Amino acid sequence: MEALIVIILALAVLMAVIFVVSAPLRAVHRPPGVGGVRINDVQINQSTADRADLEATREAKYREIRDTELDYRTGKLSQEDYAAVDGTLRAEAVEILDRLQALERESPGAGELGPGPG
Amino acid sequence: MAALGRVCLLLALVVCAYGIGASIYGVRTGRVEWSESGRRAVYALAGILTVAFAVLEVAFLRNDFAFNTVADTSSRTTPTFYKAAAVWASQEGSLLLWAWLMSLWSSLALFLTRGRIRDVAAYATAIILGFGGFFISLMVFYAQPFAITNPAPPEGVGLDPLLRFPTMMIHPPMLYSGYTLCTIPLAFGMGALLARRVDAEWIRVIRKFAFAAWFFLGIGVLLGARWSYSELGWGGYWGWDAVENAALLPWLTGTAFLHSLMIQEKRGMLKVWNVSLVLATGTLAIMGTFLVRSGILDSIHAFGGQTLGVPFVVLIAVLIAGSIYLVVTRREMLRTEHRIDSLISREAAFLANNLVLVGLVFVILWGTYFPLISEALTGQESAVGPPWFDRYTVPLALILVLLSGIGPAIAWRRASIANARRNFVTPVAVALLTLCALLIGGVHQKPFAIAMFCCAGFVFGSIGQEFFRGVRARRAMAHEAAPVALVALVRRNRRRYGGYIVHIGIVVLFVGVAASSSFQHESELGLSPGQSSRVGAYTIRYVRATASVSPDYDSANTQGGRELSAIMRSQPGVTLGPDTAHTGATLSLGAVLDVTKHGRHVATLYPSEGFYSSEEPTQGSVGHLIGGQPVSHVALDSGVTRDVWTAIAPNIETPRLKRIVTLGDKTLPYSNPAEGMVAIAALASAYMRNPPQAQFHLIVSPLVMWIWLGGMIVVGGGLIAIWPAPSAVRRRLSVRSRARAGAGAEQGLARA
Repeated sequence: MEALIVIILALAVLMAVIFVVSAPLRAVHRPPGVGGVRINDVQINQSTADRADLEATREAKYREIRDTELDYRTGKLSQEDYAAVDGTLRAEAVEILDRLQALERESPGAGELGPGPG
Repeated sequence: MAALGRVCLLLALVVCAYGIGASIYGVRTGRVEWSESGRRAVYALAGILTVAFAVLEVAFLRNDFAFNTVADTSSRTTPTFYKAAAVWASQEGSLLLWAWLMSLWSSLALFLTRGRIRDVAAYATAIILGFGGFFISLMVFYAQPFAITNPAPPEGVGLDPLLRFPTMMIHPPMLYSGYTLCTIPLAFGMGALLARRVDAEWIRVIRKFAFAAWFFLGIGVLLGARWSYSELGWGGYWGWDAVENAALLPWLTGTAFLHSLMIQEKRGMLKVWNVSLVLATGTLAIMGTFLVRSGILDSIHAFGGQTLGVPFVVLIAVLIAGSIYLVVTRREMLRTEHRIDSLISREAAFLANNLVLVGLVFVILWGTYFPLISEALTGQESAVGPPWFDRYTVPLALILVLLSGIGPAIAWRRASIANARRNFVTPVAVALLTLCALLIGGVHQKPFAIAMFCCAGFVFGSIGQEFFRGVRARRAMAHEAAPVALVALVRRNRRRYGGYIVHIGIVVLFVGVAASSSFQHESELGLSPGQSSRVGAYTIRYVRATASVSPDYDSANTQGGRELSAIMRSQPGVTLGPDTAHTGATLSLGAVLDVTKHGRHVATLYPSEGFYSSEEPTQGSVGHLIGGQPVSHVALDSGVTRDVWTAIAPNIETPRLKRIVTLGDKTLPYSNPAEGMVAIAALASAYMRNPPQAQFHLIVSPLVMWIWLGGMIVVGGGLIAIWPAPSAVRRRLSVRSRARAGAGAEQGLARA
């Protein structure tokens, strides 16, 4: 009896593994709109990767601008130093936004496929 | 059911092999469905290993002694909680725990990164499955968790008494979570190099996992120190034991990485350094596992009888060689984008902090592995002890603490000398006040401890100043009450202020270490009932002896049990009954100690030593009942300002007591433990009638509790630092709001 239970459980685990692991491969052959992920239409897209990287860089730059202002307001930066650093950071932020905009013009359909950052 | 476990391991091995192939094929050909299938192989691995772990867990809970691991580490009388945790008390079970935790954490990491850095994640998946395949291969070919014996023995050996402590059962899962989490940044680091993408998105992804590894490793190390202090009979919390060091090493490199990653995020610098750190952290975690599992180095932790040394050495060699190859061949893409603008900058302070941390790593690495290298070269065993480690780590720790106060006081990019001078006035003043207070208080020995206290004062001054100025700035902008402003300030700047709280915690911990190790009063001496000893400002009097006997059978229903009960009733002071303390000891002998200070009662302590059964028939029918390794049960009175720590080693080798055991061995049959317990009861009675002098180890240590409090502050600060920011701050700005890049940042600060 125990041997039978073991066989049934082992087969159940095996079937579950095959189902889970093969799902993306099966979805390739499924028509659009039926369900599952349309993975076959989505390639590893350099533009998508660049966009994700630029968005991460942008978030980091905003954080840096905020940190710099906090440094100034807590007395770690003089007004002159703050003005210089803040100006540099804002210019860098604008450059990143320009690059994002250029990327958007080149590949208007590219976007995040997974969950958002954070 | 053991067969199900074995099938699961074999299936897991196949899944690992498939997943590695699918991931690499997918990323090399650009066929995402294969990379996705490889990712799902990790999920499947987690599912399979969950089933395998459940099979073993159920075997422990059902006392299925056909399983060798169950028979070796559990028994019918082992309490249920310890039975459940005994799964990882053996080499085989701990390997299964390692693989299972790795598969769970990896599944979570890959789930959270689905759809992002696809090429990096595909390579990372292959590497993670490679680790999984390695550990599963160890279980299939070397240390099999589902090996069985037929027919099954009727009873198990029981859990090692040293592990019968709640903290000790949580410590391995925490530590293994830390170790396994270290492999995820390693895998993503190697994946990034293979995919040639070490960029901002990679930083954002890897930071979380590196923090999680650091977090759990830190908790694991702290729990281990607490166990050492509270359970082992030597009175310390850190002995520079090889396996303790092996867990500390990846934590140190992880700490360095979390700091230097901020520099790469802001300035695009230190890419080679960061990649090297993340690869080193993962490799050190594997090396730590190697030390624990292989028994190569002598340590209380290395209880694995089988050697798994060779496979681990091969894996570590592959990791090191592969890491070096990847970093060297990708050095062009790792070229730094900027340079440090000024030596008076937070970047410079972080860099200095990194150098100190890595210096600590090299010292501890050398001291830990030196015995192995020395033995390999000379054939002679050797070891370096705590004095060697202290000589080099204490000065480095002082510099580290100082830097943790310097960094918060200076700005990113650059700070003027005048500004920096102004920012250091308060911290320096607090440090000097601390020095004055110590000198006035008569503390002028132990220069290193005094230096640590002054550095701590510096850090408290620096970080306190940060909180004060931040609240002041917030109030100036948002007109909030101070408590509200403080909460809002921390909430909107979690990374910064959470990090500051971590620094406070580390400093509190170091103050505890410095005080307890430098100003401890200790005494090891023999005392008889009525005698006392002075330890520091405390007087500890041995009031009376205690004895308890815990038979592991139902004493009421046997002839021997009834005789045992009769003897117990006739001897006041000796207790008989179930093992309510769950120590598993057959016989516990101890003492009642009265602690006073200046004539005022402070505490009553009950240290004891447990004597356990062994499975050695040669020790005799009575001797084997108490012939196992005795374990000290420490008695502790903890306070914020001091701990009073006591341990006892009762003497049961007096001629009078030995006669009882010898007589019992000669006359009582081995096969009937009930009759042997009668002799043990007689032994306990004789001990109580005329207790011989016992050896006591008495310690009064100041500020030990600060170590645990500091650890809790670090945990709290870490959680604050990693908690996701409010969604308003992370709101995406559209491309059309580029002109508001500056205004947006101002609004962000106003909200901050």
